[in-house]
Amino acid sequence: MTAVIQASHLTIRFGDFTAVNDVSFEVGKGEVFGLLGPNGSGKTTIIKALCGLLTPSEGTGTILGMDIRKDASQIKRHVGYMSQQFGLYEDLTVAENIAFYAGVYGIKGPQAVQRKAEVLKLTGIEPYMDRRAGRLSGGWKQRLALACAIIHSPEVVFLDEPTSGIDPVARRALWDLLFRLSSQGVTFFVTTHYMDEAERCERLGYIYLSKLVAIGTVAELQQMPQANPPGTARIQIDTATPSSLLDTVRAKRGVREATIFGRSIHALIDADQLEPLRTSLPGVSVQVVEPSLEDVFVTLTNTIQEAKQ
Amino acid sequence: MNSLFYGLMPVCRKEVLHIVRDPGTLFFALLIPMIQLFLFGFAVDTNVRQIPTVVFDESQTQESRQLLDRLAASDVFKLRSNATSKEEMYEAIRAGNARVGIRIPYDFARNLQAGTTASVLVLVDGSDSTVAGQAVSTSTGVALQQSLARVAPGGRLPIEVRPSVLYNPATRSANFFVPGLIAILLQVMTILLIALSLVRERERGTLEQLTMTPVAPLGLMVGKMIPYGALAFVELCAILAVMRLVFQVPIHGNVFVLLAMSIPFLLTVLGIGLVISTKARTQAEAFQLSMGTILPSVFLSGFIFMIDNMPPFFQVVSRFIPATYYIEILRGIILRGAGARELWINAAVLTAMGCAAVLLAARQFVRQRST
Repeated sequence: MTAVIQASHLTIRFGDFTAVNDVSFEVGKGEVFGLLGPNGSGKTTIIKALCGLLTPSEGTGTILGMDIRKDASQIKRHVGYMSQQFGLYEDLTVAENIAFYAGVYGIKGPQAVQRKAEVLKLTGIEPYMDRRAGRLSGGWKQRLALACAIIHSPEVVFLDEPTSGIDPVARRALWDLLFRLSSQGVTFFVTTHYMDEAERCERLGYIYLSKLVAIGTVAELQQMPQANPPGTARIQIDTATPSSLLDTVRAKRGVREATIFGRSIHALIDADQLEPLRTSLPGVSVQVVEPSLEDVFVTLTNTIQEAKQ
Repeated sequence: MNSLFYGLMPVCRKEVLHIVRDPGTLFFALLIPMIQLFLFGFAVDTNVRQIPTVVFDESQTQESRQLLDRLAASDVFKLRSNATSKEEMYEAIRAGNARVGIRIPYDFARNLQAGTTASVLVLVDGSDSTVAGQAVSTSTGVALQQSLARVAPGGRLPIEVRPSVLYNPATRSANFFVPGLIAILLQVMTILLIALSLVRERERGTLEQLTMTPVAPLGLMVGKMIPYGALAFVELCAILAVMRLVFQVPIHGNVFVLLAMSIPFLLTVLGIGLVISTKARTQAEAFQLSMGTILPSVFLSGFIFMIDNMPPFFQVVSRFIPATYYIEILRGIILRGAGARELWINAAVLTAMGCAAVLLAARQFVRQRST
């Protein structure tokens, strides 16, 4: 794996506040890497540092081999960026927005014509060419923003919470688009606080209180020892009335966490208490399962908070 | 050089589209200053005429009526009402019905005829110093003339002053006032337009997007300055036309020199607008900061009060206000027919101020985006 994005011991402080604390990771070429974390955990700050807009207080990083401390202006020409707010000019048409971003990336003449045609085709926004960006629906705005972000054929694209406030169909369409591009070798770095979105990423980091607390594929994260404390079992209790049973389960001996998942209860329980629980709940199916991604992050978050106290 | 202004042309083109797409901005930019020019141009007349005056004539003689006629003939006083007592006269002034009270005592005619000094009381409401000054000097002047006519009837005066007013012979207020007003109107419009344009991008998140592109801070700023500067320039031409044709203010100097020397001023106010936009988080804040630049420019630039009459401290302050230099250029060319040879230093100072403001804004911008 050739590392396209590489961060080592990245630390960024604003005065007394540490926004990013000793974060290290690598992202390979053509990978779709997700960074999951609650609001204010430092996701956007990491993107800004990687794009060279912020000088890290400590640590180093490279994008496509370029040093984020020294080569900021070079980096900008090779990366694309799409923010939550999309960065579109609502009073300009779709074509004008694309033409503007082509201009600021210095794409001219026949190359510009060709690139515009390519991104229009790829995003399927061609029928709306002359519509003002402000009159597009959320999903189309997002595609236009992506078209603008990739107009200069970047090798790396940063997407900062790209799907906030977008309907599920448009979200799925965007992800299909990302994977199509990633198969052509474009690397994506996506931040999100949606679990289902994180699950789509090939690799995933979880950032909590400015620290990267877990990194790996979904399967790797599910196997993490911190997510499966020794001597515990992850169980799924299927019941017609999960909400009335939840308090009962929580009160049982050895139950560390319990939460409702649709028609069932997910719980983390001391392994030796599994059989007593089974016998105390006659007529209810209790199965040992793999932790879901949410289970992993909840357990991790709880472990960190307990350690702090 | 090229990379210092990277992105200038696309930003410039995009900004032109914004202007064309937003008729509200165009309206605001072009029409509002014009309306203000008409309002202030017609409303302001610093020449004092027809001061409402109350008269308490105890004498009621031919002599007293002759004096009152002379005062009325000066066009400065308008004899509005007659009071029947001293108290009534004071009351009229206190109530604001009259600004001047003239009391001619009962022994006025008798003293005149006896050859002793006949006194007349002129009460002046001093709350408006211009009006008060004019009332005092005119009444003194009329009294002096009348006295001389009595002392030397038909005789020649030993000294005669013949004032000759240069450049604005009719001492019309508009000639003095409108050229200065141009500076204020252009300044307000230009600062607001460019500051709002940049802060709008900050509010909508497009500025954040731009910082992720190779656009250089100076490319972004100068790219915005060009279209808004051009808009202000068009407005300047329109204002000059209205000044010449509607207010009948003649332009004694070369209008092309005036237009050329306006460019440094536009550079400066655009730069100030950019500095404001780096300080303001919201459009409302930008608006307030822009409005904050108006009062110093009105009161300390020589627009209303002569700089030479200010306390030394404020004379120094006025040197830091761009409008001071531009008003000097405007009045110099329009009223006195001066040219580049006399006024170049003003344009040079404005150019320096403008470049400093733009560089300061660019530096602030770089510093801010990294937070």
